[in-house]
Amino acid sequence: MAEEERHDYDVVIVGAGGAGLRAAIEALSKGAKTALVCKSLLGKAHTVMAEGGVAAAMGNVWPEDNWQVHFRDTMRGGKMLNNWRMAELHALEAPDRVYELEEWGALFDRTPDGRILQRDFGGHRYARLAHVGDRTGLELIRTLQHRAVALGIDVFMECKIVRLLVGPDGAVNGAVGFWRESGRFVTFSAKAVVLATGGVGKTWKFTSNSWESTGDGHALALWAGADLIDMECVQFHPTGMVWPASARGLLVTEGVRGDGGVLKNIEGERFMFNYISPYFAAETADTIEEADKWYTNKSDYRRPPELLPRDEVARAINTEVKSGRGSPHGGVFLDIASRRPAEEIRRRLPSMYHQFKQLADVDITTDAMEVGPTCHYIMGGVRVDADTAATTVAGLYAAGEVAGGMHGANRLGGNSLSDLLVFGRRAGLAAAEYAHGRPAPLLDESAVAKVTEQALSYFEHDGSENAYTVHQDLQETMQDLVGIIRTESELLEAKDKLVELSERAAKISVEGNRSFNPGWHLALDVESMLACARCTTLGAIERRESRGGHTREDYPKPDPEFEKLNMVTRQSGGEIVVVPEPKPVMPSELAALFEEGN
Amino acid sequence: MAALGEVVMKLWRGDASGGAFETYRLPAQEGEVVLDVVHRIQATQAPDLAVRWNCKAGKCGSCSAEINGKPRLMCMTRMSALPPGEVTVSPMRAFPVMRDLVTDVSYNFEVAKRIPAFTPMAKPPEGYRMAQVDIDRGQEFHKCIECFLCQNVCHVIRDHEENKPRYAGPRFFVRLAELEMHPLDTLDRREYISERMGIGLCNITKCCTEVCPEDIHITDNAIIPLKERVVDVRYDPVVWIGRKILGRPGPLSAAEAATHTGAAAVQARTSADGGGAREAVVGAEPGGTPDVAAD
Repeated sequence: MAEEERHDYDVVIVGAGGAGLRAAIEALSKGAKTALVCKSLLGKAHTVMAEGGVAAAMGNVWPEDNWQVHFRDTMRGGKMLNNWRMAELHALEAPDRVYELEEWGALFDRTPDGRILQRDFGGHRYARLAHVGDRTGLELIRTLQHRAVALGIDVFMECKIVRLLVGPDGAVNGAVGFWRESGRFVTFSAKAVVLATGGVGKTWKFTSNSWESTGDGHALALWAGADLIDMECVQFHPTGMVWPASARGLLVTEGVRGDGGVLKNIEGERFMFNYISPYFAAETADTIEEADKWYTNKSDYRRPPELLPRDEVARAINTEVKSGRGSPHGGVFLDIASRRPAEEIRRRLPSMYHQFKQLADVDITTDAMEVGPTCHYIMGGVRVDADTAATTVAGLYAAGEVAGGMHGANRLGGNSLSDLLVFGRRAGLAAAEYAHGRPAPLLDESAVAKVTEQALSYFEHDGSENAYTVHQDLQETMQDLVGIIRTESELLEAKDKLVELSERAAKISVEGNRSFNPGWHLALDVESMLACARCTTLGAIERRESRGGHTREDYPKPDPEFEKLNMVTRQSGGEIVVVPEPKPVMPSELAALFEEGN
Repeated sequence: MAALGEVVMKLWRGDASGGAFETYRLPAQEGEVVLDVVHRIQATQAPDLAVRWNCKAGKCGSCSAEINGKPRLMCMTRMSALPPGEVTVSPMRAFPVMRDLVTDVSYNFEVAKRIPAFTPMAKPPEGYRMAQVDIDRGQEFHKCIECFLCQNVCHVIRDHEENKPRYAGPRFFVRLAELEMHPLDTLDRREYISERMGIGLCNITKCCTEVCPEDIHITDNAIIPLKERVVDVRYDPVVWIGRKILGRPGPLSAAEAATHTGAAAVQARTSADGGGAREAVVGAEPGGTPDVAAD
């Protein structure tokens, strides 16, 4: 093709959030010729929205903290479905990754003696989150961005990868994408590709995720022949905004609760005391008196139930609303106004203050916020080797939200930013090592032509389907049938509807030309979202138990047999299939951390 | 939501070759921000309407535009806060239009490449210590979401494309101030800021501060202190003697300045001016490395 643009790299990284940037820094510093390709402008990725902090057992506030405690909290929070080795590496390496950010210019909030301050968050035994007010993600992405720019990274901004290229040996050897501005295609030859594309939130109607979270990396991996695991494990963050309608789903940081905020129903009751599961009873306060004392004396008192892991709190809010005890707009109240001085709220939670003031005209220093669950994060993702972030396809790596296993069935707040750093680095390192000394791949030009042809086909369709409508219908389907509480009949209905939606999506027609055409971009994003939605639905049907972010009304309890299994989804003969496979078994010295008394 | 009436929104449609406002009418909905209306127009009337956005929460700085002529984030501007009647939305004026509301902001990313990087002092065995009070100002600067609204309203470049190669603009004065005031940084960028980043061109009209969605006091806290520091170094007798002895040239012409990258001009310095902690200086002098056309 005359218009073809071609680049040759050792390592191509898809996605420029925290994981992609950290991978790029590592690959570059190992001498690999590295490209960073991202759908948006540099520095705009969804990582900027992370608020509360980055979890790392540095022990700056509680010297009792250490990696074993962090590891244990992470596994328990994930309802033991986590890949133990990922959780171990994560807990071990997170502190170094945080200190490294400081060496690159990050300015974390400080303790009185000048060290990095750490804050409380749900599911973490000790105050463990290094943070910058409530805009930690911005600090993280900007620090990494500056570092990558200083190292001279090649960035392909506003460039979307449509398909990966796979060589005759089955290894990934390139990628085809297009510039959003011009609509022109661009082909990369790559000895290794790192997926760092984040999540799938835009598949649901109410989500805290930005437009980019359309599961591109999950789908690219699936289409290239890689395995995904546990795609049914989706986290609904308990506190998203519920009003105004246009802001519905927008995140309200867990830091509000970490800093003393409490959840109340319409009757003014702190209802979380009614939802303490036996699993967490030993470590959770059962009276208001004890809970309130914990903020200043963590040695002698147990944690307030508002700080239970996210899946527990989200289910509790869901039940309160369904039982008619919700707030006027269908949420519950999150009250910090009556609990902390106005000045402290503004200082500790400036973005939240700003967000509510501007979007809802609510002053959180005087009034309670209305909040409810919002689709926030997918724990499932591309199956990877813990140490190298290698997927099941040679030459393909995955890190951050797109990778599965680290968080099991439920992610603890703060463990995402640390995940990005720990496994972003490992992926960049392993990809650079894999690429080293390899010959430049020869690309199959006919495969490239096939990808571009398929992507352009939307311009030739007859106008029967609109990308925006198909997307909205997909979101409704997932919200209604594969939401926070699931049941077999609805999941089977969703499965059928997704087939229907896929047929409609194939007929989407796009108006206008290829230059910065959001209708066309969405049509291509819908391809990814549909693939992810099918994996989630299949996994959800097959996992006949309730565990973490996956709650089945018809199987309300966890099943020890399912704890041993990953739900593996892969493409087989053009169809997506789900196969339960045993997950890696934890060695006994780590298993001992979960015995009585620990 | 029926009683809310109608929204009339005029959106600039076009590309680099020209364009015009088009009027869209749609039913009003409660609690919407400008970006919601733009999205509804996109979904129902103009599927190819180009608009940049990401987080829709005022955190990423992607959806900058001029709303009724005023530079703002579309996601943080509530329809109810605007005067009744038509709402016009046009792309940022200081940057070339790509299509519709999307502009080519690559100028900013090119300036970013020329900023001399953070250069920390050696890490003591017990790790770095910094007092909160010493990083408060830096944290204010780190709030920047890179919406580039400050760049968009800056008179030096808004109507003077020719100034862009020699002028960093308010966003990058904030960035430079953050580096200069960082307790761990050891680089002295003052001459560089004066000669290559063009801080002298700023005449502190505070337009940047007024439009900052993060309420960063750009002029008072970043630009004015930088200007003061630059004055210090330029009239510092030690530096003056150094210049004489080493025969370094004076300020570069704008054209020269535009062709040097920051990294090309880093030099070690042994004099004690600037407060002791600073050990290296990034100056206007050609550093011996080949020039790179960064623009």
